[in-house]
Amino acid sequence: MANKLSLVAFSGDFDKLTAVFTMATGAAAVGYEVNIFFTFWGLDALKKKQGRSFVGGTALTKMFGFFMGGLKVAPVSRLNFWGLSGKIFRSLERKNNVATLEELVDAAKVLGINFYACEMAMHILGLSREDFIPEVKDVIGVATFLQISEGGQTLFI
Amino acid sequence: MATYNLDITKDHCPMTFVKTKIELAKLKEGDVLEVLLSEGEPLENVPRTTKEQGYNVLGVEPLEGSVYKVTIQK
Repeated sequence: MANKLSLVAFSGDFDKLTAVFTMATGAAAVGYEVNIFFTFWGLDALKKKQGRSFVGGTALTKMFGFFMGGLKVAPVSRLNFWGLSGKIFRSLERKNNVATLEELVDAAKVLGINFYACEMAMHILGLSREDFIPEVKDVIGVATFLQISEGGQTLFI
Repeated sequence: MATYNLDITKDHCPMTFVKTKIELAKLKEGDVLEVLLSEGEPLENVPRTTKEQGYNVLGVEPLEGSVYKVTIQK
């Protein structure tokens, strides 16, 4: 049986998502089966609209949706400088031939990494499957994640 | 049987492995991929992990400077 790595992507921060996708693509590239369970702020990484948009069911969740944003506007967990740091990091990455977050996500899709969205967090944030990229394999809960991740390594980021 | 080339000398972890894996996936059985990579992490791990995944590593050849050519057969 192939090795397996399952990650819980809880954070929507640029740097932590970079860690998630670096571990995930690296593991998939060396032959691991890789699963990522996106929950709470982590769901931002799956949004079809990568900038700021009013996604969410009600006025309140739409407001949250706007301020949370998508992958392109993910804040850096420290020294964010009102969003400027994300842009600086991306330019440093390009300058040093290090994959950007977007490139890592694209690689994850090509490598066939399994993306799962947390049903409970989607419910709170008023998000539906249509708000996400089509690569999301399924909307699941804890019990299914435990089943999927059983017998492998699990990381929470 | 065809031979393909991949240069990952300028790439860093995890893209060194990722690009190798994606290229190998496109190959047909028996095809060969010649990978140019740098010493250190890529040299230590790309041949090892491709071998672990069932590919044949036909050779690891030092070129100029810190660059190596790893020949992998699917």
